[in-house]
Amino acid sequence: MLWVDKYRPKTLDKVIVHEDVAQNLKKLVTEQDCPHLLFYGPSGSGKKTLIVAVIRQMFGPGAEKVKVENKTWKVDAGSRTLDLELTTLSSTHHVEMNPSDAGFQDRYVVQEIIKEMAKNRPIDAKGKKGYKVLVLNEVDKLSREAQHSLRRTMEKYSASCRLILCCNSSSKVTEAVRSRCLNVRINAPSEDQIIKVLEFIGKKEGLQLPSGLATRIAAQSNRSLRRAILLFETCRVQQYPFTNNQVIPPMDWEQYVCEIASDIMQEQSPKRLYMVRGKFYELLINCIPPETILKRLLCELLKKLDAELKHEVCHWAAYYEHRMRLGQKAIFHIEAFVAKFMSIYKAFLISTFG
Amino acid sequence: MAPLLQSTQPWVEKYRPKQVKDVAHQEEVVKVLTNTLETSNCPHMLFYGPPGTGKTTTALAIAHQLFGPELYKSRVLELNASDDRGINVVRTKIKDFAAVAVGTGGRQGGYPCPPYKIIILDEADSMTEDAQNALRRTMETYSRVTRFFFICNYISRIIEPLASRCAKFRFKPLSEEIMTSRVLHICNEEGHNLDPQALSTLSSISQGDLRRAITYLQGAARLFGSSISAKDLISVSGVVPPDVVQGFFAACKSGDFELASKEVNNVIAEGYPVSQMISQLFDVVVEANDLSDEQKARICKKMGESDKRLIDGADEFLQLMDVASATMRAVCNMQEEFH
Repeated sequence: MLWVDKYRPKTLDKVIVHEDVAQNLKKLVTEQDCPHLLFYGPSGSGKKTLIVAVIRQMFGPGAEKVKVENKTWKVDAGSRTLDLELTTLSSTHHVEMNPSDAGFQDRYVVQEIIKEMAKNRPIDAKGKKGYKVLVLNEVDKLSREAQHSLRRTMEKYSASCRLILCCNSSSKVTEAVRSRCLNVRINAPSEDQIIKVLEFIGKKEGLQLPSGLATRIAAQSNRSLRRAILLFETCRVQQYPFTNNQVIPPMDWEQYVCEIASDIMQEQSPKRLYMVRGKFYELLINCIPPETILKRLLCELLKKLDAELKHEVCHWAAYYEHRMRLGQKAIFHIEAFVAKFMSIYKAFLISTFG
Repeated sequence: MAPLLQSTQPWVEKYRPKQVKDVAHQEEVVKVLTNTLETSNCPHMLFYGPPGTGKTTTALAIAHQLFGPELYKSRVLELNASDDRGINVVRTKIKDFAAVAVGTGGRQGGYPCPPYKIIILDEADSMTEDAQNALRRTMETYSRVTRFFFICNYISRIIEPLASRCAKFRFKPLSEEIMTSRVLHICNEEGHNLDPQALSTLSSISQGDLRRAITYLQGAARLFGSSISAKDLISVSGVVPPDVVQGFFAACKSGDFELASKEVNNVIAEGYPVSQMISQLFDVVVEANDLSDEQKARICKKMGESDKRLIDGADEFLQLMDVASATMRAVCNMQEEFH
């Protein structure tokens, strides 16, 4: 088992990083009826861990026995019937799914599943009707229509179904949905917190972790706890006992983007652009999201540039990323950014050095 | 064991005024509607104004007061944006309901029960233009037995022919005193403590929207228990704490790119919503005394652009970076446009 999973806190009491949030959630769930929840924060900050822990707090260990199902829903959409296939993760008490996988038909999925869940409500020992929990991931990727239909369904079925929504950026969730949920912001853990977790894992595994290495892993993790733990485990595989200055292997795609950045800095010509295109394709084929590539590329370029150029490059990165979102094919826009950068940089070189 | 289900209503519903005269701060509307109650004479109505000012509440209250619980079901049709309201629904459901004749029974059980039905179209500005057009004739044909109440945020989205058939009422944003007194009333009823600082924070973050204020209040009460501080309210509302915004602005003003980029990274890692960040930064920029009008205009222009891009789904990090860089360029009087 990977350490990331092995040391994922199972209950709200064992959470180390967001202790205060966990305690508040615990109070909320045990004391009274729980409202709909919306968790938002950057990736690797522990949203999912908290959600799982909250569900466990609600229903006890029974909620941990999950099974993966690939179900087909028959949805009646006015004049025609749709067949929608979606993977869900469910236990007797909750269902977890990623509605944005259904593409532009996500609206039907949301309505249909909530309706179905509302139909068969669990009844507890005292004969009281309980409720089920529906966890929706990546709500920020849901279409507008789906979000609008969520708001009414949320109210209508609130007696039998609680929603837990999870997303990276809450600005892409409509105000109407946000105002119906209790918003919980999960910030990325600070580097000190990451070090604390690494030391905790080190102790459990019986490893000697020099503080210098822990600090360096934390610095390289970009404040993502998941990443830090993965890096830590990689280091363990590569070399043990640890030394303070051992190499922490960077992610290979980041290494690759770094190479691209230096390629572009070295030479600005159509030939080089053509060469770099191959590398971008390589990254895209390996399923690295294009906006992540562009972001990383900008970071790498900013490291190497003079202050006066930074503003301009920044401006164009934002410009082309937006165009990429509106357009169809990512490679055009990434390449356009690179070409723009080359022309800016070349002009700068000529005006400085003649 | 599955948790027990208590029937905890949202406070917004629990404390919704039941009678027209309880609606706060909207004197003209209340006056006209009280008159309606006495004479049971009522035109078509159009309520418009910002969210959380009592439009839906007023419409529901008048309907309840006119018909009472018994007749309410048969006399009032309530449709909002989440119901399907395409042109088909207007042609069938609304028309069918509007066409039904009603008896002239007069008063029943202490309610006026006038001889017409009411159709409430909530969030009417989200209806398509075609659907609105289809309503025009329906309104006139059945005006003897049916009254329409339109509720919307933006009157400009209601087509002129519809608007001209209605009596229009504008709902004003609630003033601070009214808001404070309502909030305090709820706090008393629920047994919560709210210090003066939290109270002023609450009215500033909710910006005249009473529903939002009450929702925040309930969220904070649920999460943090009975004594609520300003900090709790901010954390529930998703508003970025003022010192973070100030820090960001200060970093931009310093003209140091590294500092600003660190600040951007920090905002993203803390998970603050960038659209919220930009709108709060906007307030700070507009009120800043040490910037010239031209500098402010430059910054605001960029903010508008970034906001639009965010709505299109652009990446938050890059957009915030762009805003930071534009702010810096404006403050330090560097080159404005890139070509």
